[in-house]
Amino acid sequence: MDQLVQHLVNTLVLGGTYALLGIGLTLIFGIMNVVNFTHGALYTFGAYAMYLAAVALGLNFFAALPVALVAGLALGALIEWTLLRPLRRADIDTTMLVMIGAGIALQSGALWLFGGVAKAIPAPFPDEPLQIGPASVSWLRIFVFAAALALIAVTNLLINATKLGRAMRATFQDHDTAALMGVNVSMIYTATFAIGSSLAAAAGALLGPVYVVFPQMGDLAAVKAFAIVILGGLGSITGATIGGFVLALAEEVGAGYISSGYRDAMGFLIIMAVLVVKPTGLFARAERIG
Amino acid sequence: MTRFIAPALLAGLALLPLWLQDPYLLNMLITTGIFTIGAMSLNLLLGYTGQLSLGHIAFVGIGAYVSALTSLGFDVGLPFGVRITHEGWPPAVGFVLAVAISGLCGYLLGLLSFRVRGAYFVIVTISFAEVVRLVALNWVELTQGPLALTSIPFMTLGLPGLGEATLRSKTQNYYLVLAVAALSYLLIARLVGSRFGRAMRGLKENEPLALSVGVNATRTLTIAATISAAMAGAAGSLYAHYIRIIDPDIFSFSYTVTMVIMVVAGGKGTLAGPLVGGLIFGVLPVALRPVMAPEAQWIVYGLTLIAILFVMPRGIVPALEALRLPRRTKAPAPAPAPAMQAEAQP
Repeated sequence: MDQLVQHLVNTLVLGGTYALLGIGLTLIFGIMNVVNFTHGALYTFGAYAMYLAAVALGLNFFAALPVALVAGLALGALIEWTLLRPLRRADIDTTMLVMIGAGIALQSGALWLFGGVAKAIPAPFPDEPLQIGPASVSWLRIFVFAAALALIAVTNLLINATKLGRAMRATFQDHDTAALMGVNVSMIYTATFAIGSSLAAAAGALLGPVYVVFPQMGDLAAVKAFAIVILGGLGSITGATIGGFVLALAEEVGAGYISSGYRDAMGFLIIMAVLVVKPTGLFARAERIG
Repeated sequence: MTRFIAPALLAGLALLPLWLQDPYLLNMLITTGIFTIGAMSLNLLLGYTGQLSLGHIAFVGIGAYVSALTSLGFDVGLPFGVRITHEGWPPAVGFVLAVAISGLCGYLLGLLSFRVRGAYFVIVTISFAEVVRLVALNWVELTQGPLALTSIPFMTLGLPGLGEATLRSKTQNYYLVLAVAALSYLLIARLVGSRFGRAMRGLKENEPLALSVGVNATRTLTIAATISAAMAGAAGSLYAHYIRIIDPDIFSFSYTVTMVIMVVAGGKGTLAGPLVGGLIFGVLPVALRPVMAPEAQWIVYGLTLIAILFVMPRGIVPALEALRLPRRTKAPAPAPAPAMQAEAQP
């Protein structure tokens, strides 16, 4: 029982960052119809941006986090502007392959610049963990959970309560009609990709201090983000949020009660189960499945 | 002209070991050949049905492990007290089993993921490769985990009237790989030209239209995935008995990317494309090795993939064909408008 409580606490902490990853990916897929294979690289990028800001530049930990977010926003906008904008009329396979190329270049760039040795980001929290009943959780993880929830809330607000969000939703429904109504669709695409990238970078910047930062950290993160998005339904933000927590739960319980070696296989099992039971995902609107 | 590329290449490659004796270069050609077989099998899916398998190395790796384990033998305990003990069988049997089991995996994945269109097959294959890597890493009793399977026997072939031949030298392995590559090429060429091949291309270009003339989409795609995976399994078996040591690193994503780059650069949906792409990207790492660190090479590969998609989105072979055509006849019509396709899909 005590063990289960600990697993549930871990699930909440991990699920928050997974949800961030999933929301970024599903936003880009839903609005732009682009399978973003740079998502893992952007996650890694966020972690390295955090490392550079907090360790190399010596910024305050809490000031370094927004730096990583903005860096992710900028890199996302740059990728969209240089690679995706010229390919607006290209099919989904071409953009997917271009994104794979960009992802490889980014990941190898990180390996080239920083080397393969993992880096640690020190966090200004007390070492003593917080005791919640039988479970204990470090202050850093509590901060990560709170920050992830705050970012999820801000993203939801952005999409549901701002003019930009309304334009994004309109583009999602029908980009031609949105364009006719005066929405600058091209700008919406850039904004969407930048926001999605920023969320991936935020997930990396938050998990970087929890674990360590290394060039290949994005590979698994990307596979997990895909699992979350399939579970929630391609294009659904609510689905991605819930999917993030479900995947975290499956991993925690799987690692705790089945085998820790197969922890990262849980995402695949979820994908398989979803494809067998409800191929369009739990929260998808049918028309988004192309 | 392109129809002569493959036979000319085959003749040239068959004569090559007569003057090329350098073991380093020969080794490069053998691994290039194995990867080219993988690229050809990937092309069958990506080029002719439009479905991208991003876990293609999983089928190669499964082929390698199946073939190695069949010839080495194993002794594993399963749940419920079941114990399987297997004495080593000849490597040729391993090759056949590698093809069969990889094909079966391709069939099952296709069956699951072709229930829906879009990015599903890509994502399912990519995470399948990750799971297979985890199994190879964690099922130590069967696969030795990170300690790797070692001393895998050389391939032996039973030739009628000549008895058993063990392929020890690089030259012998070179000819074996060349033979399997040629057979794979012929098989794909026959398949593509057949009624089944037209069904595949019909699905790629306009699925509703293909359905309306009676093409069974799921069945066609699943069969294509099965054949593709089986062929990749054959490449894996060749790899295992040539390198003679395999570990879970064989499942790394960079190998899949290598094959994808080979296909896309050479020209997806063309017979000669994977051969041209395979040769270029098989030789390039060796040529670049003195000049560049491996990670810098990978940056170049990523950028090359992007550049090719921007400059000649259909690949080198179709670009060459278009150059050769007389001015007044236009190059073959480009693929149908993707926007239309996306909207038309159910």
